[in-house]
Amino acid sequence: MIETILGLYNYWIVIVLMMAGFYTVIARGNLAKKIIGLNIFQTSVFLLYITMGYVRGGTAPIVDPSGEATLYTNPLPSVLILTAIVVGIATTALGLALAVRIRESHGTLEEDEILAIEDRMDGEH
Amino acid sequence: MEQAIDIVLMAFMAVTAIVMIRLRNLYAVVMLSGIFSLLSASMFVVLDAVDVAFTEAAVGAGISTVLMLGTLALTFREERPRRRRDLTPLAVVLVTGAALIYGTLDMPHFGDPNAPIHHHVAPRYIEDSPVEVGPPNMVTSVLASYRGYDTLGETTVIFTAGVAVMVLLSGVWRRRRRVAPLDPDAGRVSADGEGRPAHTETDP
Repeated sequence: MIETILGLYNYWIVIVLMMAGFYTVIARGNLAKKIIGLNIFQTSVFLLYITMGYVRGGTAPIVDPSGEATLYTNPLPSVLILTAIVVGIATTALGLALAVRIRESHGTLEEDEILAIEDRMDGEH
Repeated sequence: MEQAIDIVLMAFMAVTAIVMIRLRNLYAVVMLSGIFSLLSASMFVVLDAVDVAFTEAAVGAGISTVLMLGTLALTFREERPRRRRDLTPLAVVLVTGAALIYGTLDMPHFGDPNAPIHHHVAPRYIEDSPVEVGPPNMVTSVLASYRGYDTLGETTVIFTAGVAVMVLLSGVWRRRRRVAPLDPDAGRVSADGEGRPAHTETDP
């Protein structure tokens, strides 16, 4: 029982973080807050991958010149997540730029106010 | 010992995330998101993914915090209080979370060297990459050589995002300067693309 809890603890916290991010995205109306929620979600996915790649008693995947270390952590999740981090910052930057632009044209970042303004603009045309 | 550090750091991250949801002051939320990234970078060090750790520390805790602060400077610092309480999102999140936790019950345990993930391509990278590619850091070899096309695609994504951000933000400063000096409360009054005040009736 204790072994199962300790063995799966990381996955459970990852799921808590994932759901925290998901909740922020679907429940909050503020666009900046939604982007922060997406970031939390993203980080939880990074942690999920890196947790799966970890090997107990292993070392970082850098060749030990003395040849003593033979057990290395899996390098593949690290590579995938390095790519994901950089792509993540690109999407965050794009989302924030859109938020700035929406704030400029609509004067608000709250989703329901933006929708109300959009409806009114549709009515004018 | 490593597991104890892991448990404490993960608990810190969960607490930080929940406080981030609850706070309405976006400035405080951005600061907490910097702390959150730093905690996750520490987690990556504990989990032996050092390359990921310093990328996360530089990009997650550094650049993304700066970008968010810049956004707050151009928009608002406070989130408007919610008008009504809707329990649907909470229910959706709880059900999804429960399903995901049920899914983890079959997962290999933390740090298990016999997990399937360690028995496919990873041994080949670990054994052959120092000979085939050269650098002692296997992550570098895989990133730049075996999965080099991934990295090329990533560069394309960054370039596209950079161009898109520049297109979106070009002229924001110029228009702001035209609007701001006249009206100290310009944060609440919007101006559309041509600098005309628009939809002032949205103000409270």
